Amino acid sequence: MSRISKTDRKLQVEQEEAGQHLYANRVRVYPKSVRGPVRRFKWAVLAFCLSVYYLLPWLRWSRAPHQPDQAVLLDLWHERFYFFNLEFWPQDIYYLTGLLIMGAVGLFLVTSLVGRVWCGYACPQTVWTDLYMWIERQIEGDRNERMKRDAGPVTADVVWRKTLKHVLWLGIAFWTGGAWIMYYVDAPTVTVEFWTGTASSEVYFFTFLFTATTYLLAGWAREQVCTYMCPWPRFQSAMLDEQSLTVTYQSWRGEPRMRGKRPDATPANATAAPGAPVAVAAAGAPVAVAASATAAAGAAAAPVTARAGDCVDCGACVTACPTGIDIRDGIQLECINCGLCIDACNHVMQKTGKPGWLITWDTLADQAAKAAGTHAGFRFFRPRTIIYLSALCIAALAMAVALAMRPTIDLSVQHDRAPLFVKLVDGSLRNGYTIKISNKTQVPVTFELSTDGLPGAVLTEADEASSPATTLGLPVGADRVGTFRILVTGTPTALDDGSQPIDFKLRNAVTGEQTVYHSVFMGPNSQGRR
Amino acid sequence: MPTKIEKDSVTGHTTTGHEWDGLKELNRPLPKWWLYTMYATIVWAAVWFVLYPSWPGVNGYFRGTLGYSQRDKVEADVAAVAKQRAGAMDKIAALPFDEIRKDPQLMAMAETAGRITFANNCQPCHGAGGGGNPGYPALAAGNWLWGGTLPEIQQTITYGIRSGDADARNSQMPRFGADGVLKPDEIQQVATYVATLYGKPETGKAVEAGKQIFAENCAVCHGDAGQGNREMGAPKLAARTHLYGDDLAAIVAQVTNPKMGVMPAWHTRLDTATIKSLAIYVHSLGGGE
Repeated sequence: MSRISKTDRKLQVEQEEAGQHLYANRVRVYPKSVRGPVRRFKWAVLAFCLSVYYLLPWLRWSRAPHQPDQAVLLDLWHERFYFFNLEFWPQDIYYLTGLLIMGAVGLFLVTSLVGRVWCGYACPQTVWTDLYMWIERQIEGDRNERMKRDAGPVTADVVWRKTLKHVLWLGIAFWTGGAWIMYYVDAPTVTVEFWTGTASSEVYFFTFLFTATTYLLAGWAREQVCTYMCPWPRFQSAMLDEQSLTVTYQSWRGEPRMRGKRPDATPANATAAPGAPVAVAAAGAPVAVAASATAAAGAAAAPVTARAGDCVDCGACVTACPTGIDIRDGIQLECINCGLCIDACNHVMQKTGKPGWLITWDTLADQAAKAAGTHAGFRFFRPRTIIYLSALCIAALAMAVALAMRPTIDLSVQHDRAPLFVKLVDGSLRNGYTIKISNKTQVPVTFELSTDGLPGAVLTEADEASSPATTLGLPVGADRVGTFRILVTGTPTALDDGSQPIDFKLRNAVTGEQTVYHSVFMGPNSQGRR
Repeated sequence: MPTKIEKDSVTGHTTTGHEWDGLKELNRPLPKWWLYTMYATIVWAAVWFVLYPSWPGVNGYFRGTLGYSQRDKVEADVAAVAKQRAGAMDKIAALPFDEIRKDPQLMAMAETAGRITFANNCQPCHGAGGGGNPGYPALAAGNWLWGGTLPEIQQTITYGIRSGDADARNSQMPRFGADGVLKPDEIQQVATYVATLYGKPETGKAVEAGKQIFAENCAVCHGDAGQGNREMGAPKLAARTHLYGDDLAAIVAQVTNPKMGVMPAWHTRLDTATIKSLAIYVHSLGGGE
């Protein structure tokens, strides 16, 4: 639940105390624009992410003539995924598992090192919300102007600004939904089809769906998604420890916060000799400390002024926050670690002539040390980061090796379920198999199929005019799966309870690449059952 | 019911008043839009209830104002599929087997139709995949009674065997024992001889006598070497597969009072295209000639 101001909070406590308020009104957040290095970095990440998302489907890539020329294409209809020069078949789906493992462990590693930078910079919810807020600001003005307009009467000015904003939002949402579709079907083709009304109903449906979700989530839901819908904030605290960099208010320096002017020596004082109340503040009760400090200020002005912290309690960090929280309350679920409060505070510190970075990226351990007058530094190598990093490296290595050694040939052999075997006139036995051969090369190949383990076995292709042979030539088209029903006839000599092993060997006659599939040849069991 | 609402000293939040074994629940209110979303789903359910079949009654059920029925949907789908493949099935009915086999699409269609028809109609006797059962020939083995080419299989399926149909494949084995043509010891002798035809080692006087009896009584249909005769559906005896068993007692029983299988004529139940598809499927099981 967002905390916007002390009066709102007080109201809520009163309502809670009335005992009936299990549902709360949403407190609207009006984030104020900020300037500074953090904001510039955030714009850069946003520009990069959106460029990749919107433009990647238009990137072309040279492939075989029968294949699509889109660099990144998830062709569900033809069951092929293309990533630049990689092509994935449905049976390669375990690479997705590897990718997901790497994604998860990577997220854990980054979170344990530098906190929720994913949430603050790269998450689509953050990126699109930021973009939407920028548009809102261009049209409706900054925080104060927007609040004033929303509180005031509905005038023509309000109407055209709101209308224009929503039209632009919907336009971006539509572009976003459309770009999503382009990852699944050829981008230029689907664009033409879309506007000529010849695209499939799925294309229209999913474009509409992702237009709607983008518009609703980035325009309306915003921080509610992070606070109430997203599971990640709920368990990210398991990745964080006292050595993780997070956006931190340096309460040992800032407290006791106080409005107004103070002697020039104050900041040096506070840094050099942090008092006992400051240590308490670091432990997580800054509000109480501030309150007691304010109370003390009334009694004896001069000593308290000397003890005043760098925080001038201007509220710039709170008004800049896109989720509407107060970073001075310490680390909290709603904080997405975007660091915009840092820029806001630095601006104020500059104006008041104090050193910047009162709110900064730091670890809890370092903050505790600084509160005690020492310095802890940043420990990159900790058991958890080493474990995350090695898991990430193992997964990456396994993926790389698997990709590099990816076979262009794939054999699957399925023994007939019924009949298990057929006895022939001459007393020999015949087993039927369904054989699938994947030709992942870009040329048609005739594969050589033979068996091992059943002496004298001969192979025939069911219902084909071919004569029995020990080696069969099976043609499979380029980038295709060939399915064959193969009959193996022989006289098993080593039947063990009705079956004996048989190996199917497949060889690409052109490249010489081979693969083996272990199967069984069935016959009557020891009881002589037919 | 809430008992006592109090303020939690650590978090500053109030409790909901719920308490379980000393554990108190903090009141962290959900946003109201969440609640309204739930109400919206309830309204959605009510609308759905009216539009679609929902409530059972004594004489049927409430059908919903849209009149939607899954049964109608299936019937429409089935009709659509039948219409879609009508062209292909007509082609299968009209073209000779050679032409069908040249067309991979028609073959795929025929094999699929054949496989499904086989599972529905033939499998109970002939076994899944044509593996056969005692008394019912293994179609995958290639030991055909009446011939294993595509037209021969088509004819057998169409008119049946001893089915009573005018064009049925008909033949009859004499009841050598039951009608007193051969004496029991003669039957024993000829059975012993027949067993040697498929490799049961047996020598002596009985075999010699049996061979004589075989030449006089059996060879006319089953052939001099027991190679069988498809003209009259006489099984190949010099084979390691036997319809009614291959031990001596089974042979004696068959000579004494023969079992003769009956297969129904299918043209009364299946159309030509389906029967031809079935023939193509059976032919592909491994025994096709």
